[in-house]
Amino acid sequence: MIYLTLFWEFAKVGIFCVGGGYASMPLIQAAVVDSYHWMSLGEFVDIFTISQMTPGPIGINAATFAGMKIAGIPGAVCATVGFCTPSFILGIVLANLFFKYGDIGPIRGILNGLRPAVVALIAAAGISFVVLALWNTETLPEDLTTIDPLGVIILLASIVAVRRKIGVIKLLAGTGIAGLVLGIIQQTMH
Amino acid sequence: MSNEEMKSVAAACPNFYWKLFQSTFLISAFTVGGGFVIIPLLRAKYVDEYGWLNDKETLNLVSIAQSMPGVVAVNASIILGYRMAGIPGALTALAATILPPLITLSAISCAYDWFASNPYVRYALKGMQCGATALIVNVAIDLLQKQWWKKLIWPLAIIAGTFVANFFFGINIMLLVVIDGILGLMFLRGAEYGK
Repeated sequence: MIYLTLFWEFAKVGIFCVGGGYASMPLIQAAVVDSYHWMSLGEFVDIFTISQMTPGPIGINAATFAGMKIAGIPGAVCATVGFCTPSFILGIVLANLFFKYGDIGPIRGILNGLRPAVVALIAAAGISFVVLALWNTETLPEDLTTIDPLGVIILLASIVAVRRKIGVIKLLAGTGIAGLVLGIIQQTMH
Repeated sequence: MSNEEMKSVAAACPNFYWKLFQSTFLISAFTVGGGFVIIPLLRAKYVDEYGWLNDKETLNLVSIAQSMPGVVAVNASIILGYRMAGIPGALTALAATILPPLITLSAISCAYDWFASNPYVRYALKGMQCGATALIVNVAIDLLQKQWWKKLIWPLAIIAGTFVANFFFGINIMLLVVIDGILGLMFLRGAEYGK
């Protein structure tokens, strides 16, 4: 049953995503791209990109969009509700622990172990995104000279801009226009 | 804290659930940028405008929301809703937080398939993919720097081990996080690992 699978996979993402919206990306990627092949890495990066531009938390946006693409509106609902269910249960348990003892106890230890794990996973996801941006393939190709000049230019410029703390909307508007202009130039040259 | 005490906020305010739903819905619908933007707005509404919560307690609850798994904005609305009106309050705030993205994104993803087949839209999306890649690379660099500067051996070992296992050996992510959670429970309960 696709809806139950979606609910369960996104509930797992909800349990293990520690440290904000970006932390959920490698987990969602592992489920929808690597394990179930519901979509390609390129489509997943599109989801990530669009989730940045639309209002609302990035993780929820990505879950909704992925669920919608995989199984329509019921899929979107299952993925989003699945994603929030662990938060709901854990939030109430932790709030009660806090009201009783003023602390959330041994759970801190688990979270302290998950936080560095998520750093590693975000870095790994970042590398697979970079490979896609530069070579338009999911894994590093045998022939590295097939690199896409458009990807190199825009990615390098974006990294410089982001390190200088450009706003997300400005960044995505700028890179969208740059992609359009360079894409048309590339097309007319061929 | 008793359940009665929690429900008192709801009882003291006429139309409490409707006000809670409406204010949270609007904040979620029009804020771009996730938890860091949404939480201060929720605080402004619940604490300053409606006086449903006091400031210090809200800060404590938000810090729990930030340290637990899941999306911070969702966690905060669940915990604050729960504090104000028990489980019905948590459900109301949760629904109001996730409905706007659910509606917007469903609409956008309907248009996506049609848009993405247009070559010019593909060029623009390719450019934006590079921009989004830069964002995640930037987050990875910031997080790695932060961990590196702390010079604590356990977290650094977990980062290195998890990265190698995932990136080079393709070991299942869920298995890795379970192992790292257990390591945390056994070895990382000290306060120095908390920040």
